Amino acid sequence: MFEVSGLDVYYGESYIIRNVSLSLPEKGTLAVMGRNGMGKTTLLKALIGMLPARSGSIRLGGVDLTRLASYARVKAGVAFVPQGRMIFPMLNVQENIMTGLEYSSSKSIPSYIYRFFPVLQEMKGRRGGNLSGGQQQMLAIARALVTDPKVLILDEPTEGIQPSIIKEIARTLNDLKRELGFSILVSEQVLSFAMEVADQFIVLDRGRIVHEEAKESLNIQRVKSFLTV
Amino acid sequence: MNFSIAVMQAFDGLSLFSVLLLMALGLAIIFGLMGVINMAHGELMTLGAYMTYLTASGFEKYAPNLMGIYILVAIPVAFLASFALGYALERLFVQWFYRRPLDTLLATWGLSLILQQAYRTIFGSGEVSVPLPSWLNGPWNLNSTIQIPLNRVFIIALAAGVTLGVYVLLNRTRSGLRIRAVTQNRAMSAAVGINTRKVDALTFALGSGLAGIAGCVFTMIGSTNPGTGQLYIVNAFIVVVFGGVQSLMGTVLSAFSIAQSQSWLEYFMSGSMAKMTMLAIVIVVLYFKPSGLFTTRVRS
Repeated sequence: MFEVSGLDVYYGESYIIRNVSLSLPEKGTLAVMGRNGMGKTTLLKALIGMLPARSGSIRLGGVDLTRLASYARVKAGVAFVPQGRMIFPMLNVQENIMTGLEYSSSKSIPSYIYRFFPVLQEMKGRRGGNLSGGQQQMLAIARALVTDPKVLILDEPTEGIQPSIIKEIARTLNDLKRELGFSILVSEQVLSFAMEVADQFIVLDRGRIVHEEAKESLNIQRVKSFLTV
Repeated sequence: MNFSIAVMQAFDGLSLFSVLLLMALGLAIIFGLMGVINMAHGELMTLGAYMTYLTASGFEKYAPNLMGIYILVAIPVAFLASFALGYALERLFVQWFYRRPLDTLLATWGLSLILQQAYRTIFGSGEVSVPLPSWLNGPWNLNSTIQIPLNRVFIIALAAGVTLGVYVLLNRTRSGLRIRAVTQNRAMSAAVGINTRKVDALTFALGSGLAGIAGCVFTMIGSTNPGTGQLYIVNAFIVVVFGGVQSLMGTVLSAFSIAQSQSWLEYFMSGSMAKMTMLAIVIVVLYFKPSGLFTTRVRS
């Protein structure tokens, strides 16, 4: 359903993502593993359109997204939760979520958001910038979800978040996926989190895919060797 | 100082406040929210003033018996003309400079010179002025010693109305939410689905339109020439920077404190000394609070 083939991405003049192809089926979850600086964020930014692709293609359900601006990709069904959350610090929680309602039929926040993230309802009127890291992460996920995505892209959602909240986020993501039926593409360094949400794994090393495996046959030691320096 | 003088001084400050506020509102959106240093902002005000002049001339020629209400037509005309010019400028010019603040400064300064020359060619280099409608002429006599000019009352009411309108637009509407999101993080706004190009153009056009309204108002307190905008642009920047960019409330409070202090200082010293003292105070305040007087702080 979500198909990337032969993607090359440059960051300025440096050649970062080299000939990456991947495929994400409906309701599947793909984890992109790799150490810092191996190109995970660059790959994900290219998928949402924050960085241009030099060559290759990105398609969602037959629609070519490769040359579209970010907002057109969102309209087509891709949603993005960036590294560092990037919530709007001066907007309150409710307004932050509402920014994602651009293309949805209803202009009010769907009720499942507060059902899955009750803390966001409590903090409704608080400025986004005053939330804790974990709360901001939930806010960023909620903001992405209200766009009704077919593919939810998350860039290192566990970064800087305490372990108990990491577990909670994994559980919530799985429940949300079951109920709403979207696919997930997540980049991670924390293997335990990835194991909990993903059924497909790829490992990025210096911008190339060096390992690709389904969860059932995954050799954990092998993946760990790619993640340690 | 007796009571009447105090009332008139305070009113003078209030009147200066509303003029400063009208000047600064458009800039608060373009410079404060969008971060674009638009040196041609003054020329957008001038456009509003010339549009008012054209409207008044049109009424004089074709509907002299309606001269009393031309100003009510001129306000939307000035707004729409500056809005349209602002929209065109953003699409054709300013959008290419978003990540280059210094180039923006030079480019828009060049643009300001081009616009001034265009006005000189079209309207001539002399001063033009419009007649004040009779119902705005003369003072409102509160009692035998307190006299308040009616046109100033009109300007205060207009400034209040425009500020309220901008506040409601920014904080209570979907378009306002888009503007606030894009001005905080353009890339992320696009990644949640907001058409940032459209929002940028409309935001810039809105700021320009507000400059047009300010220009319209200036015809009520002075005459217009091609360089008029230069007189106002510095004050507008001072108000916005002093108030703290990114905050509409800051702009309002900043305009109020600058206007009231200047008006009261003028009572005790000469006009230019008052102006100088005011600028010195602004410099000292900005030295200790570089982000302006009224800023909102969040953890991250």
